[in-house]
Amino acid sequence: MIKQLNKRNIKKKMSKSKILKKVFSYLLLSIFGFTMILPLVWMVSTSFKEAIEVFTEDPLDWKTWIPENFLWRNYLEVFNVLPFLKFYFNSIIVAMFVTLGVVVSSSLAGYAFSRLNFIGRDKIFFAYLSTMMIPGAVVIIPVFILMRYLGWIDSYKALIIPAMFTAYGTFMLRQFFMSLPKDLEDAAKIDGCGFFGIYWRIILPLSKPALATLTVFTFIGNWQSVLWPLLVTNSIKMFTVPIGLAYFESQYYLVNWTLLMAASAMAIMPIVIIFLFAQKFFIAGIKLEGIKG
Amino acid sequence: MKAKHKEALAAYLFLTPNFIGFLIFTCLPVIFSLFLSFFRWELITGDGGLFSGLKFVGFANFIKLLGFHFETGHLVANDPHFWYYLYNTVFMMLIIPVGILGSLILALAVNQKLKGIAAYRLIFFLPVICPIAAIAVLWKVLLNPDFGLINNLISKFGIFMGLDIIGPNWLSDAMWAKPAVMLVSLWMTVGGYNMILYLAALQGIPRDLYEAADIDGASGWHKFRYITFPMISPTTFFITIMSIIGGLQGGFAIIYILTGGGPANSSTTIMYYIFTNLYEFQKAGYAAAVAWVLFIIIFVFSRLYWKRGGKLVHY
Repeated sequence: MIKQLNKRNIKKKMSKSKILKKVFSYLLLSIFGFTMILPLVWMVSTSFKEAIEVFTEDPLDWKTWIPENFLWRNYLEVFNVLPFLKFYFNSIIVAMFVTLGVVVSSSLAGYAFSRLNFIGRDKIFFAYLSTMMIPGAVVIIPVFILMRYLGWIDSYKALIIPAMFTAYGTFMLRQFFMSLPKDLEDAAKIDGCGFFGIYWRIILPLSKPALATLTVFTFIGNWQSVLWPLLVTNSIKMFTVPIGLAYFESQYYLVNWTLLMAASAMAIMPIVIIFLFAQKFFIAGIKLEGIKG
Repeated sequence: MKAKHKEALAAYLFLTPNFIGFLIFTCLPVIFSLFLSFFRWELITGDGGLFSGLKFVGFANFIKLLGFHFETGHLVANDPHFWYYLYNTVFMMLIIPVGILGSLILALAVNQKLKGIAAYRLIFFLPVICPIAAIAVLWKVLLNPDFGLINNLISKFGIFMGLDIIGPNWLSDAMWAKPAVMLVSLWMTVGGYNMILYLAALQGIPRDLYEAADIDGASGWHKFRYITFPMISPTTFFITIMSIIGGLQGGFAIIYILTGGGPANSSTTIMYYIFTNLYEFQKAGYAAAVAWVLFIIIFVFSRLYWKRGGKLVHY
């Protein structure tokens, strides 16, 4: 009897502390979430406002957060003052070709490193690994000079080609290919499948998650890139979205915040949409990176 | 042809595209930049030839960068900028432990079976995928001293407390530029990669450890201190070392847009210094020397941490 009572007591206590914990959790989550989302909400709200509205706002009054009239023309205006479509075009072209290059070249090399025997394999792989520890700045200087020498500055070549071959992508896919079972390959070999056949018909289809992860990572990473495009582009028509935005900011910071926020929102939008669809692969990629360490 | 040779040939073919790219855009540049660090090369003086204007100077770049000399009885650095920028870089890295702690708290909060938790995760992660340039532009506006949201909120808070508080001139005050950059990078990264890594680590802890602790009547804090914390220590180790490496060479994009390294160079980092040497001053040799010194700093730091910190990890 006493035992039962005790048990019931504990149960009651537990549920009480559980509710408390739940409330506390939601409180914590909401405070953090609020801090993260507030600047972005401000950005979107400002992007629809009249330029003058920005200077009279009272952030504690919720009415401030809703534009008096939703001015879609701010977004159109951005296209008038800047070749923003061209920026989008450049960013998409660059990110697409870089991603394609990285995935193709890394998967080919990753296959050789993980599945084939050849003289010097481990030495070459070690060379790949050691360069991953060297800061990007060390590498960027000579490559920048090379681009100037070749006359590639201000061209897609400079934006795309040097970024197409990464030690990281090769390493990541090699690790993934290593984890695949070998039996299927042996069976294919007996059936007379060549090395390329094995790569194309067995390894690649089995590696869809890893390939998707590398694709999403490379694409988003390239879309974000600031330093390299800044170095190798001079004319506005070659700017990618981040560089175009930085340029716009330098011209409009003192002039018109609403246009600036509209441009920022437009820079963010495509990547958020991609992320929503590819979230799974992105998260998987981060976890993979953690296991490597 | 023997099967072995056939395999090797195939391997070289598979490797070729990547290897040529790796050689031209990574491997040779690393060697060339080491070579470059012993030369003076003002790109602007060249006549367009590949190596025109290149002049061997021995260790002069490194002596200028790291050396000291006496000036009216005082020891003065040959390049005081470098030391100041190194200080700025390390100062801004002080936000790293705060960020890691924040990521852990977020991961703990998000690692619960609650309704709508996926939405929270997404919100926390949002700033990471946004282009850094857009985030920097947004924060430059938010941190505007007169009309920015942050100072608006600060003065509202002041009125609420009955105090006369005015927010600082964040980006145009040499004292506040560094904290402003730190604030933005904290906001940008706290819910990102580190949170996801911690979350994965938390989800990998075996349930029965907690069940055993429950039977022993352990409190929540004890469970955290003696189960969770040791179990996620490899992740903490990994996150810390990556953050140090990233921090030492980081911040370029944010700083480029937020402050341009100013005011009075107060937010210039080593990475930014490399950029200005290369791009604005066109001093390729000196830029390469700074980059290699940065590499050595990173290497020493991570080696030290690897040796010391490795002991704290429970596997």
